[in-house]
Amino acid sequence: MFLRLLGRELLLSLRHGGDTLAAVMFFVLAGALFPLAIGPAPEVLARLAPGVVWVCALLAALLPLDRLFGADGDDGSLDQLLLSGLPAPAVALAKAMAHWLVTGLPLLVAAGPLALMLRMDPHTLPALLAGLLPGTAVLSLLGTTAACIVLGARRGGVLLPLLLLPLATPVLIFGAAAADAAATGLSPRPHLLLLCALLAAALPLCPLAAGAALRSAAD
Amino acid sequence: MDAIALIAPRAGRGLHRFANPGRFLRLAGAVQPWLTGSAIIVTAIGLYWALFISPADWQQGDAVRIMYVHVPAAWLASMGYAGLALCSLASIIWRHPLADLAAAEIGPVGAGFTALCLATGSLWGKPMWGAWWVWDARLTSVLVLFFLYLGHIALVRAFDEPQRGYRAGSILALVGVVNLPIIKFSVDWWNTLHQPATITLMGAPTMALTMLWPLLVCAIGFTLVFAALVVARTRAAVMERRIRALLMARSEASA
Repeated sequence: MFLRLLGRELLLSLRHGGDTLAAVMFFVLAGALFPLAIGPAPEVLARLAPGVVWVCALLAALLPLDRLFGADGDDGSLDQLLLSGLPAPAVALAKAMAHWLVTGLPLLVAAGPLALMLRMDPHTLPALLAGLLPGTAVLSLLGTTAACIVLGARRGGVLLPLLLLPLATPVLIFGAAAADAAATGLSPRPHLLLLCALLAAALPLCPLAAGAALRSAAD
Repeated sequence: MDAIALIAPRAGRGLHRFANPGRFLRLAGAVQPWLTGSAIIVTAIGLYWALFISPADWQQGDAVRIMYVHVPAAWLASMGYAGLALCSLASIIWRHPLADLAAAEIGPVGAGFTALCLATGSLWGKPMWGAWWVWDARLTSVLVLFFLYLGHIALVRAFDEPQRGYRAGSILALVGVVNLPIIKFSVDWWNTLHQPATITLMGAPTMALTMLWPLLVCAIGFTLVFAALVVARTRAAVMERRIRALLMARSEASA
């Protein structure tokens, strides 16, 4: 049942390929704005690159969230899902996994070229990607939770970033710190371990909170 | 395990005695004048003591007097969020109607105290650190707390059915509670510009008694102000709900 739901979500996003690509396009375009705005000097860009990649990834992960439940809530398929016998946290977890697979993974692929375009030292790249891997997963989990909470609210799309961004700051801090540590020749290991700890905490807790929000939304 | 199972419903029943809005209104109406009066008196005494009588610091001069506003505001910012989270917990577990209203009304008051804490901290930072704002762990985590308050305020009021707003708000408040220990321990975990705690539950305070006493009086006064504001706002919310119900009934009767 869980895998079927996951498959359905993936199929839906495959059919709406444009929406899925839009997040990655936004990521690359927003990243490409920085050299235009602050000038193409390589040493400045290289210093800013990890932070720019992280901020752009965070904002790009936000984009598809307000459509995550949009259609399901309107046409009643959300009620069907909750009646299907699958517990509400599992529904939320499936949504989060689907969000990560169609947004987080493509971001990870696009992050490498974008970082090199921003003149980042290639030796720093593994640390950046190793941080983005658990980081985007945490963002997907937190984002799904926020999306469940604002489900049915007026101006939910505006409210969502307001709720999610404060909660997402630790991910941003440790992720960018890992890449920065690697750039200055230190070990990125402690920051990466902290990111994994965040993932380990978010993995059970976020679906629980999201499931509670889903049930109250369906009442 | 059995003891918990025995106690839990009883605690819930004890709380439900106050879930009756009429009983709450009578109790709060009796307490309100005393609470407001003592809040004004204690805060006035504390502020006068702190700003005029207490000695200036040998190093910081008169700038140290900002502490008497900054520190109580910071305590209340965290305690207010803890209260918000407790109300949210009561609202999720027992669907306590008064906890819903109290949580919705704690939000703006707590956000106000957090803003006061940030503003006074900024004013204090300029002469001491040479900057209005630094991005250290304590300041950043309190800023996040402020945004959590704002998000809660916006979320609770964003639903057409108030009940849905209370549910969503309480889930958000419980998710955001992870920030509280981060604020508390940020000065110990990271090497921050913000000084670590001077006053702890265990151990003697590393602070002159001539400064500690006015600080404690200010803290009690601010806490009373916080409580008075929350009780007054909750009373207003209960009455507002009643008026709306009466208006609905009247419009239905005339239709």
